Amino acid sequence: MIEGFTALYIFMLSAFTGYEVISRVPVILHTPMMSGSNFIHGIVLVGAIVVLGGAESNLEKVLGFIAVALAAGNAVGGYVATVRMLEMFTTGNKKAA
Amino acid sequence: MDIFIQVVYFVAAILFILGLKKMSSPVTAAGGIAWAGVGMVAASLVAFFEPGVFDHSSNVFLIVLAISVGSALAFVTAKRVEMTDMPQMIAIYNGMGGGAAAAIAAVELVKMAGGHHALGGTVQVLAVLGALIGAVSFSGSAIAFAKLQGLMKKTMRLPMHMTINLGLFALTLVAGAIIAFSSDVSIQLVMVFFAMALVFGVLFTTPIGGADMPVVISLFNAFTGLAVAFEGFVLGNAAMIIAGTVVGSAGTLLTQLMAKAMNRPITNILFASFGSDGGEAAEEDIEGSMKEIQGNDAAIMMAYAEKVVIIPGYGMAVAQAQHKVQELTQLLEDRGVTVKFAIHPVAGRMPGHMNVLLAEAGVDYDKIVDLEEINPEFPIVDVALVIGANDVVNPVARTNPDSPIYGMPVLNADMARNCIVIKRGKGAGFSGIENHLFYADNTRMLYGDGQKAVGELVAGIKQL
Repeated sequence: MIEGFTALYIFMLSAFTGYEVISRVPVILHTPMMSGSNFIHGIVLVGAIVVLGGAESNLEKVLGFIAVALAAGNAVGGYVATVRMLEMFTTGNKKAA
Repeated sequence: MDIFIQVVYFVAAILFILGLKKMSSPVTAAGGIAWAGVGMVAASLVAFFEPGVFDHSSNVFLIVLAISVGSALAFVTAKRVEMTDMPQMIAIYNGMGGGAAAAIAAVELVKMAGGHHALGGTVQVLAVLGALIGAVSFSGSAIAFAKLQGLMKKTMRLPMHMTINLGLFALTLVAGAIIAFSSDVSIQLVMVFFAMALVFGVLFTTPIGGADMPVVISLFNAFTGLAVAFEGFVLGNAAMIIAGTVVGSAGTLLTQLMAKAMNRPITNILFASFGSDGGEAAEEDIEGSMKEIQGNDAAIMMAYAEKVVIIPGYGMAVAQAQHKVQELTQLLEDRGVTVKFAIHPVAGRMPGHMNVLLAEAGVDYDKIVDLEEINPEFPIVDVALVIGANDVVNPVARTNPDSPIYGMPVLNADMARNCIVIKRGKGAGFSGIENHLFYADNTRMLYGDGQKAVGELVAGIKQL
């Protein structure tokens, strides 16, 4: 499906993209950014779903179940944590005091 | 159907990158995470329609159950956690991602050991590499969480820790290489490989001190991204490859930025502990003594100042004093005092952590200034108020080449006309290094819990 040099090109371009995107982030947003990028690798959920879907033996099912549960935790936890942090920068600063 | 799935993954990848891009500015950040969220939901839904997933309906039930369990646990914990504890939660969610990547690899390798099919070539190597990186990130992040949460107080070091680590790492690599290059793998070897990788993650993280944990968490974040990308290759999933690689490189850059702010090479953080080489330097003589001040006197000093700079540290966060600090700021501003907040790049537990806490308390961003901007101003600052910060205001970083923190950029609070330090007790900071600022002639110590001490200042100013 994705082979050899095509894969390498995807890898190389994505790596530069990640580097460029984050290099202009102000320090103030570093923690939310880390949390946000943490959410994005929650995409591992997609792989976990595919793997558990195709699981056959019981051992495969147990491992697949662990993969899906952990991946869902990564995605949901990462999302909620990021949103909570970013809320502080947006909703009326004054009234919180 | 296949085309539809690919299109959704493609759009999801675009949304992730745009989302990250938008997250790089405070104005658009909230929209950014929402975009990325849409991408995630779409990609996860479409994954159910990948070939083979609907073949076994019992598996579909398991998927839904696993998603429910994982999401519910993460949702409740993420909603409840205090802002001050956010860094360790990021660590744990990140570890879960690493664990998921490792578990995916485990399923593939177990299938292979069962004689179903050899993955073959590069794919097999990447599966093993992703497994190794993901497993290390999983167990390492768990240790990072335990340390920041206070479940594990000491930095544990075994005798010959370095040697054991290197040996274990070499053994893990050998086992991994055997699995990666053979066409007939035994399931026992796969299990031993995973066990060793997990133990390595633990031993790798235990000797690292709490102060360096943010850098390590950021590193594990990059690791997980890479592991996800590798497993993406194994499954032929472009969305995983792109998202994982983007996070891998962004995380690496973020790790470098953090280490740079602490002026310590990453290798130093990972392979040497703070206390061991700095022990003797901290023993040297200090001139002067610590001079105490009462809340009322400190309040008067600040109320009649023209310019006050507040330097918050992790101590402020622990004492939950940020709201009191905001109250103090308003009182001072009502009296015509200029107030600024000076944030050290590594104040708090992560870069930007202190900004998040101050924003939560309602402090405007334009009052928050960073190190380069504020340092030249200190000589004309009447009062520098240090709340629960220690190493980041220690002048020895400028003056004493023998000190372990020598060369680290610090806030020059000692150059202000007066300095008031709010501190719980007389002990040394996170790094265990004596702070010469506390002994300076123009420094006064206000002992007490951060919230209580700032409360005294507020009460003192109100009385005037």
